[in-house]
Amino acid sequence: MIKAILVFNNHGKPRLSKFYQYFPEDMQQQIIKETFQLVSKRDDNVCNFLEGGSLIGGSDYKLIYRHYATLYFVFCVDSSESELGILDLIQVFVETLDKCFENVCELDLIFHVDKVHYILNELVMGGMVLETNMTEILTRIEDQNKLEKQEAGIAAAPARAVSAVKNMNIPQQIKDIKLPDLPQAIKDLKF
Amino acid sequence: MALKKVKGNIERMFDKNLTDLVRGIRNNKENEAKYISQCMEDIKQELRQDNLSVKSNAVAKLTYLQMLGYDISWAGFNIIEVMSSSKFTLKRIGYLAASQSFHCDSELLMLTTNMIRKELNSQNQYEAGLALTSLSCYISMDLARDLSNDILTLKKAVLMMYKVFLKYPEALRPAFPRLKEKLEDPDPGVQSAAVNVVCELARKNPKNYLSLAPVFFKLMTTSTNNWMLIKIIKLFGALTPLEPRLGKKLIEPLTNLIHSTSAMSLLYECINTVIAVLISISSGMPNHAASIQLCVQKLRILIEDSDQNLKYLGLLAMSKILKTHPKSVQAHKDLILQCLEDKDESIRLRALDLLYGMVSKKNLMEIVKKLMVHMDKAEGTIYRDELLSKIILICSQNNYQFITNFEWYITVLVELAQMEFGSKQGHVIGAQLMDVCIRVQAIRAFAVAEMAQLLDVYTSTSQFTIMQEVLYAAAWLCGEFVSELKDPEQTLQSMLKYKVLPQHIESVFIHNIIKIFAHVMEKYELNQQYEEILRLCDLITNKMSESIKSGELEVQERASTSLIIVNIVQEEILAKRNMVATKIMDVDDSVELKPTTVDPKDTVASELLTLFTGELNPVAPKAQKKVPVPEGLDLDAWISEPLEESDSDSEPEMTENLFVKSDKSRSSFYEKHHPEPTEEEIKKSREARKHEQKNNPHYLKGSNSTDTNNTNNVVAVDNIPVAELNLNVPLKVVGQKRSDKYLSTNNDKKKSKKKSKKKKHHSESSSDEAPEAGPIIEVKQDMELPEGATLSDSESDHGLKDDPHKALDIDLDLPAYGFTAKPEQEKVEPEKKEKKHSKKKTEKGKSSKKKSDKHKEKVVHANDNRDSLLTFDNENGGKVDAKTKKVKKEKKEKKKSKDRDGKSKSKKSSSGYEEALGISTPSKEFQ
Repeated sequence: MIKAILVFNNHGKPRLSKFYQYFPEDMQQQIIKETFQLVSKRDDNVCNFLEGGSLIGGSDYKLIYRHYATLYFVFCVDSSESELGILDLIQVFVETLDKCFENVCELDLIFHVDKVHYILNELVMGGMVLETNMTEILTRIEDQNKLEKQEAGIAAAPARAVSAVKNMNIPQQIKDIKLPDLPQAIKDLKF
Repeated sequence: MALKKVKGNIERMFDKNLTDLVRGIRNNKENEAKYISQCMEDIKQELRQDNLSVKSNAVAKLTYLQMLGYDISWAGFNIIEVMSSSKFTLKRIGYLAASQSFHCDSELLMLTTNMIRKELNSQNQYEAGLALTSLSCYISMDLARDLSNDILTLKKAVLMMYKVFLKYPEALRPAFPRLKEKLEDPDPGVQSAAVNVVCELARKNPKNYLSLAPVFFKLMTTSTNNWMLIKIIKLFGALTPLEPRLGKKLIEPLTNLIHSTSAMSLLYECINTVIAVLISISSGMPNHAASIQLCVQKLRILIEDSDQNLKYLGLLAMSKILKTHPKSVQAHKDLILQCLEDKDESIRLRALDLLYGMVSKKNLMEIVKKLMVHMDKAEGTIYRDELLSKIILICSQNNYQFITNFEWYITVLVELAQMEFGSKQGHVIGAQLMDVCIRVQAIRAFAVAEMAQLLDVYTSTSQFTIMQEVLYAAAWLCGEFVSELKDPEQTLQSMLKYKVLPQHIESVFIHNIIKIFAHVMEKYELNQQYEEILRLCDLITNKMSESIKSGELEVQERASTSLIIVNIVQEEILAKRNMVATKIMDVDDSVELKPTTVDPKDTVASELLTLFTGELNPVAPKAQKKVPVPEGLDLDAWISEPLEESDSDSEPEMTENLFVKSDKSRSSFYEKHHPEPTEEEIKKSREARKHEQKNNPHYLKGSNSTDTNNTNNVVAVDNIPVAELNLNVPLKVVGQKRSDKYLSTNNDKKKSKKKSKKKKHHSESSSDEAPEAGPIIEVKQDMELPEGATLSDSESDHGLKDDPHKALDIDLDLPAYGFTAKPEQEKVEPEKKEKKHSKKKTEKGKSSKKKSDKHKEKVVHANDNRDSLLTFDNENGGKVDAKTKKVKKEKKEKKKSKDRDGKSKSKKSSSGYEEALGISTPSKEFQ
C-alpha cells in the first residue's frame, strides 16, 4: 500500500499532496514539513530510500523519493511495495506529466494542480497501483479531457476568453508600469 | 433558464478562478495569510450562489487551499452539491475535493450514497472511475456496506473492492469467487488489479489464500508483466512460510528468473522470495546451499554497484539471510565494513544491522572503535542513537560472548555516556553498566572506581543530559558494591552534592547515600572515631531535610526514612561517645570495664548494614510470570467486598476488629524500637531548618514570614558554607579515548601472537574462530526462576490489536454460511447466469427469451429472500436492484448493437465498457 504521495519543491512548498489515509490538515502540513526536512538534507548521489519520519507509520514504512530539478516526488509506502518498483512508478508519473504538459516544470504543477491530481488518479487509486503502462494512462487522460471539452462547448467560450485575457496578467503589467512615486515626489519638492 | 445560465457565465468571468488564486498568492508573498483569508471570504460568497459552475470554481480553489493546510471541511455540503452536477467537468472538481477533504468519519457521507451508486452504474466508464477513485479515499463502513454490490468489475473497481473489504469484511466471501475469476481476466489491467488486491489481502492473512497458489504459479511462469510478477513473487514470499512444499516448487523457476531477468527490481524481489523460501525450509533441501550461494553472490553484485539504491537493497536483503545463514554472510565482511564508511546514512544504518553477525572476539574492539569514530563525526541524533544501540547490542549479545576485556567495555560505556544523545539513551547506557557489573564479578572493582569518578565530576554539574541517567546507575552501583570502593567517604561526599535531579534518580541517590554511609560508619565505629560519624550524620541530615521538601512522593518518603535512620544512629553514637567520654573523665569511678576495641557485631553500623545485606542475582525476564499461584489463592476474588454489598452485612465489625488489633500490635512494636523524636529534637530540627532556609538563597520564603528582610538576606548569603571541592581527579576527564589504550594493548598482543603464529602456522586452521587468549572472566549466565519453570516455556501472546485486517481473516475455502453471505451469494450467482444468458440471447436472437425470463423470476425471488434476511438493506433494495439490472440489460443491448455497427473503436474499450456494466464475461467468449 502507498500511504501518501507528496510533491514539494526545494523550499518545502507543497505542490501536490495526496494522503490515502486520513490525517487532519495540520497533521498533513506537519508531515510534509518533516518529510521535507528529511529528504532535503540528502545529497543527490545517495540512495532514494529513507526510513523513519516519525509521523507517517512505523518501521514498516519507507519513504521512496526522487528529485527532479526543483521538485521532490515522495512516496510513503509499506513493505508490500517493491522499492525499485515504486521508483519506476515515480518515473512513469513524471514522464506522464511531461507528456501531458509538454516539458513539465514546477509552474505547471502550481497552476494545474487539479490536472495533476487527475493524472495521479489514473496511476494510483486508494493507495494501490492502478496502471503502470504509460500509453494506457495517456489514453484515459485524453478521453476524459475530450469529455470535458465536449461539455464546455460554446458556453465556455466567453469564460475562456476572459481567462485568456487574465492570463495576460494586466494587473501585473499595470503594476509594472513605472510611475514616479507621487507622494515621494511631493515630499521632495522644496519650497 | 438560458438567460440565467448566460448570466451565470458572465458573472463567473469576473470571479477569481484557481489560476487567479494561485497567482494572487504568489504575488502576495508578504501577507499570504491575509490574502487567503480574503479569498476565503470570496469563496464563501461564491458558494452561496445558485450557479453550479460558480460553486465548482469555488470548490476548486478550496481544494488548492486544503493543500496549503486550510481546513475546508465546512464546505462539505457544497462539495457534495458540485459532485452531483451532471457535467463531467464539474463533477470531477467535486470528487477531487471530496477525495482530498472527506474522511471516513465525515457525517456528510450519508448524503453521497445514492449519488455514488448512480455514478457507479453510469454508462460512462470515466464517471464510474471518478466516483471510485474518490470513494477509495474516504470509504466508510456504511458506504462499503451499501455499495459493495454496486462496485462492478472495472479495473478500478477491482482495486476498490479491497477498500470495501477493509471496511465491510462480510463482503469478502460472496465477492471472492469473482475476484478469483479476475485473476485470469484477459485484460492485463484488470488482471494486475486483481493480483494487487489479492496480494494486499494475503499479506495480512496469508493462510486463507494458499488455495490460490496454483493460479499464481501459472501466472508467474507465463506472465511477462514485471509489475505483476513482482507482486506475485512478493505474495509467494508471504505464503511460503506456511507451506514448505510450495517453497520447494518455487526455487527452480525463481532461480531461472534470477538468471534470466534483466530488470533489477524483479531480480531483487526474486532473491527476496528465495531467501524467504530458504528460511522456511531451512534444511532438507538437497541443493539449498547452492541457492544461498547464488543469492549472496547476486547481492554482492548489488552492493558493489555504484547505484546507491541497489547497494541499499542489497544490504537489506543480506540482513535477512544473516538470521538463518550467518556463515555465508560473514564471508562478505570486508564489503559490509566498507559500507560503514559510506557517505549515505541509510546505507550505513543497513550496514550496522549486518554488523551484528560480523563480530567475533577478535575484531570486536576494532569494530567498536570504528563505530566510536563515526559517533564523533555523525550529526543527527537518529543515527547516533542507532550507533549507540548497535554498539551495546553487538557487545552484549549472547551474554557478552565476544568481550574479552571488560575493563575496555566499561571504559567504552563511560565514554559513550559523555557524548550527546537523544534523551532516552542515557537509560540504555545506565542499564548496561548495571547489567555488566551484576553479572561480571571480576569487573566490579574497576567499574565502581569509574562510577565514583563519574559521581565526583558530574553530580554537581550535570544539567538535563543523559549523564543524569548514567548517574542513576553510578549511584546504585557505588551503593551496592560499596565494599569495592577505595574511598567511600569521598564518594559519599560527592553524592551529597546533588542538586536538581529527576525523581527516580534522586530517590536512588538518597537510598544509596545511606548504604555508603553505613559502610563508612562501620569503619569509623570500629576505630571509635565517633566525631567523624557525627560529622557525616550532620551532612546527611542537612541534605535530607532539603530533599524532604521535594514535591515527589517517592523522594519525600525515602528522604524522611533516611532522616529517621540517621537520627537514630546519631543518638546512639552520641550516647556511645558520652559513655566513652565519661569513662575517660572518671576512670576511677568505673564499675565495669569495657574492652577498648569494639566488637564488630555489637556496633550500630552492623545493625544498619543488615538492612542492605544479600546478594543480587539477575532475574529472568519472565520469572515473575512463572511464579505459580499458590493453592487456595483466588486472584479474582474480592479481598474485601465492595462497599455497597457490605453495608447491610454484619461483617464490617469483624474487619474493624481485625484492623484495630493489627494496628495495636504494630504501634507497640514501633514504640519499642523506634522512639518518636522528642519535643526537644523537633524543636532542634525546626531551628536547624529555619537557619538553613535563611541561608538558602533558592528557598522561596512564604509571604507571611515578615521577619526576613533584605539586609538579613545579604548577610546570610555570605554565610553559606561553601563546600570545598576536594577532587583527586581533574574536573575534565582527560584522554577522551581512554578505551583506545585497550585496543593498542590488544594489538600488541596480536602482534606477538602473529609472531608465534608464524611458527605454528600450519597447525592453526581457522584463526577467526580461535578464541583470544585473555583473562577468562566468568559471566553469570544463570538467571533466577521459580522452581520448575524454564525460560523456554511458551508464552501466550496478548498482543491484540485493533487491526482492520483481523476481520478479514476469513477461511475462504469453507462453503459460505450464515446470514449475510448466503443470500448474497445466491443473488450473485443468478445474476451472473442471467447476464450470460442475456448475452447469448443477443447473439443468438430471441430464442432463449423464455429462459431468461425464468431467470429473472428467480432473481426477484432471490432478492425477496434477501430482503427478509438482510436487516441492513432498505425495504425496496431488491426491487431497485432488479430495476437497475433491467436498465443495465437494455443499455448493454444497445451497446451490443453499436458494436455490431462497428462504431466502437477497439475490443479493449468495449470490454471495459461491459465491465462497467457489471457483466462478468467468461473469458472464452472473447477469444
